[in-house]
Amino acid sequence: MSDLPTNHSEMDDTARDVAAVDAAMPADAAITRRDLIAGAAGALGVAVAASIPLVALGQGANTSAPTVPAIPADPTKLQGAPTTPVGARSAFYKPSRTPYGETTGNSLSPLQDLTGTITPADLHFERHHAGVPLIDPAKHTLLIHGLVATPLVLTVDEVKRFPPVTRTHFIECSGNGRAAYREPKSDMTPQKVAGLVSNTEWTGVPLKVLLDEAGATKEATWFLAEGGDACVMTRSIPMAKAVDDAILVWAQNGEPLRPEQGFPLRLLLPGWEGNTSVKWLRRLELGTRPWMTRWETSKYTDPLPDGKARQFSFDMDAKSIITTPAYPQALTKGWWPVSGLAWTGRGTITRVEVSTDNGRSWHDAELTPTTGVKAPVRFTYQWEWDGSERVLLSRSTDETGYVQPTRAELIKVRGIGTDFHFNPIVGWKVAVNGKVTFHGET
Amino acid sequence: MRRALLISVALTVAACSGERAAPRAPSAGGFASIPARRYGLGRAATPEEIALRNIDVGPDGEGLPAGSGSAALGADLFQKKCSMCHGPKGQGMPPAFPQLIGRDAKAEGFKFSTDFKLQHTIGNYWPYATTVFDYVRRAMPQLQPGSLTNDEVYSLTAFLLASNEVIPMSATLDSVSLTTVKMPYRDRFVSDNRRGGKEVK
Ligand code: HEC
Repeated sequence: MSDLPTNHSEMDDTARDVAAVDAAMPADAAITRRDLIAGAAGALGVAVAASIPLVALGQGANTSAPTVPAIPADPTKLQGAPTTPVGARSAFYKPSRTPYGETTGNSLSPLQDLTGTITPADLHFERHHAGVPLIDPAKHTLLIHGLVATPLVLTVDEVKRFPPVTRTHFIECSGNGRAAYREPKSDMTPQKVAGLVSNTEWTGVPLKVLLDEAGATKEATWFLAEGGDACVMTRSIPMAKAVDDAILVWAQNGEPLRPEQGFPLRLLLPGWEGNTSVKWLRRLELGTRPWMTRWETSKYTDPLPDGKARQFSFDMDAKSIITTPAYPQALTKGWWPVSGLAWTGRGTITRVEVSTDNGRSWHDAELTPTTGVKAPVRFTYQWEWDGSERVLLSRSTDETGYVQPTRAELIKVRGIGTDFHFNPIVGWKVAVNGKVTFHGET
Repeated sequence: MRRALLISVALTVAACSGERAAPRAPSAGGFASIPARRYGLGRAATPEEIALRNIDVGPDGEGLPAGSGSAALGADLFQKKCSMCHGPKGQGMPPAFPQLIGRDAKAEGFKFSTDFKLQHTIGNYWPYATTVFDYVRRAMPQLQPGSLTNDEVYSLTAFLLASNEVIPMSATLDSVSLTTVKMPYRDRFVSDNRRGGKEVK
């Protein structure tokens, strides 16, 4: 209640407003009175807050629609909110991940609510196997040992004294899209279909620099990366990746890593399945063979139709998804940007095509300038809807010539029960009434 | 001044060349070309602090500690410390709490790619027995990770392998015998053959 006025009579006024608005608003209303006071008036509080008429506006006859409290009829006639120590989103924009409340679980990024290519750090998807640990950066250390000349212990502050690099890369969980691949349903949103991918700017030190510091020996061919969470997560990584583009990261989008992204230190293996970018990194051990940890045997392996299972399937293949129009949008006739994201773990996306007739014809989409290799592009195809039933699809091609396959093609080579790496062409069906639903059976 | 001039000339040239390609941000990686050097940061790790953290066990048995445990003792421990989440018969409560035990005929023969409802268990999927030891020691029981003694972990590993029909219920495991256990579906695991390019694999 810290943002509420302390003066008694005004508090009573405000309390009455709260009661009136609360009574008129459904419990899950998108915007609450409190947001408005915090957002529009903030600490200026009393006078301004009390002077904002808080009136519940019904939307036509539909009484169950979220009620938006009144805002000043003319914002140019009223002082705005004062400056704040930490910014907040507009009260009219409430993107949300999808936490299920488990510690071994995931929380998907709201792709349909995002534009451009950068994911705000607080909306980056989450996936962890034993919850988010609370780590004191002053006590956290990284141990590098095994086949090195000098086993080293580094503090977080020491890690930050090596020459830093900043790169923009996506991270995608290799389980991304499992539900939409196995059992596509018409009421799936972009978030539900592919929300286990995010893209941010990372700052850290090339792993190569740290390995030189410890004096990695030539015999080392694999290293083990270990996290400091409650399952002490471990993955085995070929040394070739370590000296190519691996980064020991401490910052994301200009600020220290968020706890759920690995604060204070994480590994970043660009273009590789997300699980290998071990968070809360506490140890690197250099050796000569993989350790066959639970996360590279029981999990993160891909059963195939020939009765085998692919192991160490690190690279994320090219993929794309239209993020608008998408379920649950409804269209009216006329022009719409068909826009979405495309990415590949094998370098850059060279082409994205959009079909508006379920794959009979394809059109090249415009691509935003890329922010880097192994970073997504946003594609847009400007489209005039004529009111007929349509299926919108997107198909990406990467610099190796790989073309994103249909779901049927993927099922043929991997099977419906394969466990990770789902990158089929997907899209959205537009019905004659304008309703948009997920179309996964390509 | 001179610099600004040069930049504006460069921009004009780029604009006139009619290229649509966006300026490319720094490419990923290429870190291999960073010359090796030492900054003298950090300090040498002592053998004791390495031993404290170095809890991993390799498929060749490297890292397995002294100690031993029997499947019989493991059965008892499992009921006390694991069954509340994984079920008294290790049948689990998927998807949150994985099934650990099971060699049922339907799942047998590694048919997972055609039927996603088949549950992966230690007996019908896991390629290495050492992984059971390593994982249970570092992560289980979920709410008290790292609380088991090495003997207890050997016992639980023996019980999980025995109830998955990999070793006899009468078995006792230590660092030597655990290393010799071969898992039924070990040869099904192959390395990644995807290489990008036109072919979808
Ligand atoms: C409080 C609940 C809980 C208890 C108690 C518990 N586990 Fe688990 N266990 C889990 C969860 C949840 C997972 C899945 C973790 C994940 O997905 O990363 C799991 C995973 C496992 C796995 C890996 C399964 C797989 O398919 O990869 C093994 C093996 C295991 N537990 C063994 C044990 C043993 C042995 C005990 C008793 C010492 C135990 N667990 C006690 C919750 C529990």
